[in-house]
Amino acid sequence: MSEVLLSGTDLIKSFGPSDALCGASMLVHENEIVAVLGPSGSGKSTLLHCLAGIVMPDNGAVTFQGRDLAGMTDKERSALRRTDFGFVFQFGQLVPELSCLENVALPLRLGGARRKVAEAKAREWMERIEVAPLADKRPGEVSGGQSQRVAVARALVTGPKVIFADEPTGALDSFNGEQVIRLLVDTARDTGASIVLVTHEARVAAYSDREVVVRDGKTRQVALAH
Amino acid sequence: MSIGHALLGLLETGPRHGYDLKRVYDERFGHDRPLAYGQVYSTLSRLLRNGLVEESGVEAGGGPERKRYAITNAGVTDVSEWLVTPESPQIYLQSALYTKVVLALMSGRDAEEVLDTQRSAHLTAMRELTARKRAGDLTDQLICDHALFHLEADLRWLELTAARLSDLARQVAG
Repeated sequence: MSEVLLSGTDLIKSFGPSDALCGASMLVHENEIVAVLGPSGSGKSTLLHCLAGIVMPDNGAVTFQGRDLAGMTDKERSALRRTDFGFVFQFGQLVPELSCLENVALPLRLGGARRKVAEAKAREWMERIEVAPLADKRPGEVSGGQSQRVAVARALVTGPKVIFADEPTGALDSFNGEQVIRLLVDTARDTGASIVLVTHEARVAAYSDREVVVRDGKTRQVALAH
Repeated sequence: MSIGHALLGLLETGPRHGYDLKRVYDERFGHDRPLAYGQVYSTLSRLLRNGLVEESGVEAGGGPERKRYAITNAGVTDVSEWLVTPESPQIYLQSALYTKVVLALMSGRDAEEVLDTQRSAHLTAMRELTARKRAGDLTDQLICDHALFHLEADLRWLELTAARLSDLARQVAG
């Protein structure tokens, strides 16, 4: 088994009176695809947000490459999310006022890259995953499947070590969903990135190396070996 | 699955001998369950007896002579009717998993563990099918997707049951 890249240990998180996580733990190894499964409201997305440093747990620790995220400043965590993490969500993630090319280049621009450099890199990625013809279109002018492919390009443009995908195929039909998950998995395998894949679709989870089940804010340990 | 109708359908593309029919059937539809030679020849005998196929010559080769079979007009009519007759939707009311869940609850065991173990086994099977689908051509994809959607349906039932376990435990206890 390869090295542990990301770990969450005994994570506890409440939002007001509601306990979203009550002792969830999971590991992600290098170049590993881990599916996070569980019913709606079980805490899957909160677990993803904690692992990605988007929200900080009330208790427990998240470490990335051995560094505790709680020991970082907000600025350091933001930089980490921009460079080492990529994100693909269910929908509404592309900025409607920007072209698809500008959307893909956005993480690089936010990291301080010059427009020309950022857009050249973005174009490379759009060609690689065959969405280059959409470069000048706005998100509102492309289909749901195309929009998700553009989002995948944007998640990969910085060369992240972990891609956090929260229901990436949730708004797509079976055919388009299949294309998007294949694209995501294939490019992650090629680049050596790991994926934390939150999904309620078993056919999508079947693209993972293993699964973690979340129920009532806790991760279930399943005894059966794969 | 009606083997006889499948063989008739294959004969519509031209006369074939038994071995050739078995080879094409296994390639197209056999997957993990190839036809036994005995099954091919007994099916062909039945089709011959019912006038749905006829012998259309003998192929001489290095080994024993091989009869070629051709579909008759009655056979074409039969296969046409079969193609447009809907298959009966399978209704799974006798589920072993359902029985295990109820018995686990009745005996005070951890029913959630039963479901977790099953989920894991299902996902392992689904991963194997997904890998096979990805390595295969479009026909492999179709057959694997069919199996994957059925396994996914089982898992959807499993998740719904997992969400209802507390209520189910109360009902079983009562």
